[in-house]
Amino acid sequence: MKTDIILSGVGGQGILSIAAVIGEAALSNNLYMKQAEVHGMSQRGGDVQSNLRISDQPINSDLIPLKSADLILSLEPMEALRYLPYLSENGWIVTSSISFKNIPNYPQEADVINEIKKVKNHVLIDVEALAKEAGSLRTSNIVLLGAALPYLGLPEQYIEDAIRSIFARKGEEIVKLNLKALRAASNK
Amino acid sequence: MRKLLLLADEAIAQGALDGGLSGVYAYPGTPSTEITEYIQASPEAKEQGIHCRWSSNEKTAMEAAMGMSFVGKRALVCMKHVGLNVAADPFMNAAITGVNGGVLVLSADDPSMHSSQNEQDSRYYGKFALIPVLEPSNQQEAYDMAYNGLELSEKLGRPVMLRITTRLAHSRAGVVRRAPKAQNEMSAPKIDRQFILLPANAKKRYANLLDSQAVYEQSSSESEYNRFEDAADHSIGILACGIGYNYLMENFPNGCPYPVLKIGQYPLPRKATENLLATCDKVLVLEEGYPIIEELLKGYTSKALTINGRLDGTLPRQGELTPDLVGIALGVKQPIETPIPEVVKMRPPALCQGCGHRDMYEALNAVLNEYPNKRVFGDIGCYTLGALPPFGAIDSCLDMGASITMAKGAADGGLFPSVAVIGDSTFTHSGMTGLLDAVNENSNITVVISDNETTAMTGGQDSAGTGKIESICLGLGVPKEHVRVFVPLKKNFEEMTRIIREEIEYNGVSVIIPRRECLQTLKRKKK
Repeated sequence: MKTDIILSGVGGQGILSIAAVIGEAALSNNLYMKQAEVHGMSQRGGDVQSNLRISDQPINSDLIPLKSADLILSLEPMEALRYLPYLSENGWIVTSSISFKNIPNYPQEADVINEIKKVKNHVLIDVEALAKEAGSLRTSNIVLLGAALPYLGLPEQYIEDAIRSIFARKGEEIVKLNLKALRAASNK
Repeated sequence: MRKLLLLADEAIAQGALDGGLSGVYAYPGTPSTEITEYIQASPEAKEQGIHCRWSSNEKTAMEAAMGMSFVGKRALVCMKHVGLNVAADPFMNAAITGVNGGVLVLSADDPSMHSSQNEQDSRYYGKFALIPVLEPSNQQEAYDMAYNGLELSEKLGRPVMLRITTRLAHSRAGVVRRAPKAQNEMSAPKIDRQFILLPANAKKRYANLLDSQAVYEQSSSESEYNRFEDAADHSIGILACGIGYNYLMENFPNGCPYPVLKIGQYPLPRKATENLLATCDKVLVLEEGYPIIEELLKGYTSKALTINGRLDGTLPRQGELTPDLVGIALGVKQPIETPIPEVVKMRPPALCQGCGHRDMYEALNAVLNEYPNKRVFGDIGCYTLGALPPFGAIDSCLDMGASITMAKGAADGGLFPSVAVIGDSTFTHSGMTGLLDAVNENSNITVVISDNETTAMTGGQDSAGTGKIESICLGLGVPKEHVRVFVPLKKNFEEMTRIIREEIEYNGVSVIIPRRECLQTLKRKKK
């Protein structure tokens, strides 16, 4: 198997927390992975992305070539579109539908959503509503990850185990909350 | 053994720790910061008393590392590429003295300028200093090179450079650790007067450095990081440096059809290089950064040979490599039109909402708008973002500390008002000496030291001058009545503008210190 994922969002939204779960899932199952991150200046509210590659074979490039990502997983709809040139023909966009407006010229939300709907394979979800329903707004990122489960190329059990292992030190309640959040999108 | 999931930065830190490190010395700078942070957070490092406090700047860091080497222990010194300019004096001369304990100089380059003013290539510094340079292609090599590099430095008796670039520094992958080595015991320098660079002695040391070049070339030839992979099709030979190798192999999942010389240690291994040149019709050089090897090869052999790379346009001269650019250079990919929908707008970074720099700029702009000829000289830090809308508040950003000295030079040339804006950490990094120059000539400048009590841009590292800024200014000779402090908050707008106006009107050096803790560090403390 081989899955190339572009994680995107706005600096501060926490795309790396999603990457951490997928990374844990890959590594504890002896898969290869490479994950290129953005640190430094852009983290101050600018656009941020991370290239995450998982494979059962050794991986060469830290960067995903154009037109070859299997998945764009985005915490913000306009940011999902920024990486369209990287999406492969049969790739999926899974994105939060909620705009993050910290620039004066942010486009009309409807225009952004329409543009996403033009992509053959897309999932648009209101992560905040689902996170609240699951019990906490703080699980938004896990809700989004849950919506991407069918496209990760990993058994769902791997992701569940990774969530258990990452949140274990915060107590059983938090583990349960996040597992519920992971299921929130698929229960719809 | 389970692999550790590490950034290359973190792999280097762990590799150095396992390689018998006694101290890391550094000033924060993207993309090198995480190395020192990793060592600061390591329980093993703490237990063993490994030195890991931040230095005031890269020069003090490099010098302290040489002190640790003097007593026989192993030191790692870390900086971003432009930091090496600051450390250049001790760096160049450390190549002449050589080392006692191993010294690894980590320089992290930033091609494509993700967080920097330029994309200078540190390999030139390695060549300039005539020392070996290591350049990893992946996280495991980064670990291994740090682990072995300290010992290599000791064996060769010189500092060794470890050069990485942003892409690798900030990319994570699984890394396997090796058996930890013990730290060195203290020991006296082995060579008589090795560290005394008086001319008579320096000449001997330099002659010795020149004599050692053959040894370094031999070391490269034997290095496990330089590898020749032959293949059937000799119409092209490929010399792939550092992560250029990854992008090459990405284009050939079933193996590269052309012979490849993979380079991870410089100077180039001469025989292997000459062999590649002699047996291939032309050579493509894949290197991240400047075309240092391409230039070298063009004068490397008498055989008329085509060398392709960044100089002849086969690859772009500027910016980092990508798998796509390398694929196009090899003719296995076509350029792809990149249709980003028009609806997508730029989202530049900005100062955080509620940040003290914002209140400082609002007050400063309000006062300066009263002056037709105002100019503000900026510096390096979060507050450089004051150049962007809505502030448009600064007119320059040259290098660490240049705000004060440029303001002085502009005032010398007749500019009024001439204002400098600098952060607390940048002030103690490189601003203090410039302020002394201004005081000595009573230059008519106003210096704003916007103090958020941290090194914020790189993620909130300790700032060397916290709690000492006023005393430093007074000690340098700024008059007491012209060192003014306020809290940058909207409710203090009247006070802020009054103080700024008074100090601009004062004919001489004045320092204004808006002080309020960085919101990001405050938030972390509350967690």
